[in-house]
Amino acid sequence: MMQNISRNTSKLLWRNAGIKNYATEATFEVNRPYKLHRLDSGPSTTVSVTRDEALDMYRKMQSIRRLETSAGNLYKEKIVRGFCHLYSGQEAVAVGMKASMREQDNIISAYRVHGWTHLMGVSVAGVLSELTGKKGGCARGKGGSMHMYSKNFYGGNGIVGAQVPLGAGVAFACKYKNNGGVCLSLYGDGASNQGQVFEAYNMAYLWKLPCIFICENNGYGMGTSAERSSSNTEYYKRGDVLPGLWIDGMDVLAVKEGTRFAIDYVLKNGPIVIEAATYRYSGHSMSDPGTSYRSRDEIQEVRQKRDPITSFKERMLETGLATEADIKKIDSEVKKEVDAATALAKSDTEIPVSELTCDIYSMNQEGDVHGLTPDKKLKHTTLKTAVNL
Amino acid sequence: MSLIAALSPIRRVLGVTFVRQSRNVSHFTYQPDDKAPIEGEKQKMNMFTAINNAMDMALAKDDSTLLFGEDVAFGGVFRCSLNLKNKYGGDRVFNTPLCEQGIAGFAIGVAAMNVKAIAEIQFADYIFPAFDQIVNEAAKYRYRSGNTFDCGSLTIRAPCGAVGHGALYHSQSPEAYFAHTPGLKIVVPRGPNKAKGLLLACINDKNPCLVLEPKTLYRSAIEDVPLGYFESPLGQADILRVGGDVTLIGWGTQVHVLRETAEYAKRKLNVNCEVIDLVSILPWDVETVCNSVKKTGRCIIAHEAPVTNGFGAEIAATVQEECFLHLEAPIQRVCGWDTPFPHVFEPFYLPDKYRCLEAIKKVIDY
Repeated sequence: MMQNISRNTSKLLWRNAGIKNYATEATFEVNRPYKLHRLDSGPSTTVSVTRDEALDMYRKMQSIRRLETSAGNLYKEKIVRGFCHLYSGQEAVAVGMKASMREQDNIISAYRVHGWTHLMGVSVAGVLSELTGKKGGCARGKGGSMHMYSKNFYGGNGIVGAQVPLGAGVAFACKYKNNGGVCLSLYGDGASNQGQVFEAYNMAYLWKLPCIFICENNGYGMGTSAERSSSNTEYYKRGDVLPGLWIDGMDVLAVKEGTRFAIDYVLKNGPIVIEAATYRYSGHSMSDPGTSYRSRDEIQEVRQKRDPITSFKERMLETGLATEADIKKIDSEVKKEVDAATALAKSDTEIPVSELTCDIYSMNQEGDVHGLTPDKKLKHTTLKTAVNL
Repeated sequence: MSLIAALSPIRRVLGVTFVRQSRNVSHFTYQPDDKAPIEGEKQKMNMFTAINNAMDMALAKDDSTLLFGEDVAFGGVFRCSLNLKNKYGGDRVFNTPLCEQGIAGFAIGVAAMNVKAIAEIQFADYIFPAFDQIVNEAAKYRYRSGNTFDCGSLTIRAPCGAVGHGALYHSQSPEAYFAHTPGLKIVVPRGPNKAKGLLLACINDKNPCLVLEPKTLYRSAIEDVPLGYFESPLGQADILRVGGDVTLIGWGTQVHVLRETAEYAKRKLNVNCEVIDLVSILPWDVETVCNSVKKTGRCIIAHEAPVTNGFGAEIAATVQEECFLHLEAPIQRVCGWDTPFPHVFEPFYLPDKYRCLEAIKKVIDY
């Protein structure tokens, strides 16, 4: 891991010795170079980041890590039921991408989305309450872990690969409405073999859609390693004529810069396929210990050598972007926030039974909703206003 | 609302009585069959072990039999294919990538070459990308080729039904979609014996078959299962309890709910229910059902799938056609609500024994 601290910045730092000064900006080399497919040039390998930006990204990654740990604990206590797919280890992908997204950009992903939900505007309490099925949840507890949504965040989807053509559609609408937005359409290495992914690539290319296809390659589709599931594990090349970009997904700055490049690219040229090489510490879901198909040593090694949060923290400390005190402060604030949210998620109430037949249709013209026996009908109600209107 | 009323499991909301089931308790109690299908040495097995046993026998019986699907090689997410790869080798028991449409299409091609293909779809909720292949390719092969080709050697297995925490995409019962397709056969086992017998029958049957296995029964349904080879007849319903007052029809997990309901009805209302496990959705046993309804005059059909256009609708239409003058009361359907299968509302969604009992009261008092 090489770090080239800009000469000027470091001189400024150490000239006024005695008191350790903050740096307000630092420039880094990405940990691993990008790999390009059908691209003449790629993203810059040097990335500048301000102190505020860096602290913000650190806070966000730490929030996601803590929130996922809390979710895992709640699940073990059987307070969260159903499914729970944790993002621990993959934080840099979401945080780095969000750092380059603009107001008008959209994102859609599969089910490992607690982190994305938080980044797209839902509070930690909103995410945890959704997991525990309470009314404070972002879908009022009706969706659970796999179905969280917010403005410009299209979920939260259960069926593997089905979200990719949807992402292409969102990108089409952005282009049609001329709102300058793009769509980040995320999927995993397991999903990359779904036929509909290729259908989406084809349509996006023909119609030059501002769609960024992103394969979050964490090495395993449930318990199947990428090598056993995919004839071609270079996922950034699977788009064939679509240009592709491989990014080290454990390096938040590389992800940030790579996404900035991609957004710029797709607005001018049409779709691109990104592969973010990342790793998940937990199993596929809470029902999977995650150790029957990979060794504990492998997981430990990634934790020690490539953890996205600790490696970014070290970089901030080494360049003086942040001090130990700054980090400690953020850590304790995040801990407090997540602890409070966890308590709220446990104590909140569930929605009333009358909401069983709420928000099925936009305008229920058929009268009452049919139920368990022909004469037992329930009223249809509309509660939430859609964010896409 | 007083605390007692608030804690009461029974509540009336908007004129509808709701009963809050505890989340930690199943809505059904499994009841094993009284009699085993054949004589001979038996072993206590749960449903996934019985299915494992069936596939073991099928793979042993015919060298051309293959088993494939997502994660089947290590044993499968429900352990139905434990040890089969070790026993029969990786070229007969193997994993497919994550591509249901591909799996189904591939399975149809294999079957068209007269190789017995057992294709597993990991959850019935994921079967929809394969719907085109099953409906347009598999079901119609024999018909459209004038019997030049067929894919009768195809059997597709998929875990279906509510499991307590499955929510939208791990709880569906898709039998009604496929029942609308001539050319297919569809079965739903109620326990280990049926699971083994029906699966072996489907593998041997010369038509493409779909076996929907209620996943909540994989571990909880335990029975003495004969170790020998046996097939359960397709297209034949089982009368599990004889009675003269009301006919209750269900399949899969719902059969056990209905058996419990019938007990309640006898004890509380002195009503004698006849409980029928339909077993086979396509073709379904019209004769057994209609004979029963002609005897009792009252018919209640219960299923987990949403009520509108659930398979209960087909049964109701046929029963009223065949048994009109025998009916003492309108046919009742006690089914899931017309909503996607909910996450938090599952206890309210399912057609549990309380609602089935209410339906019985209705037809008796009509």
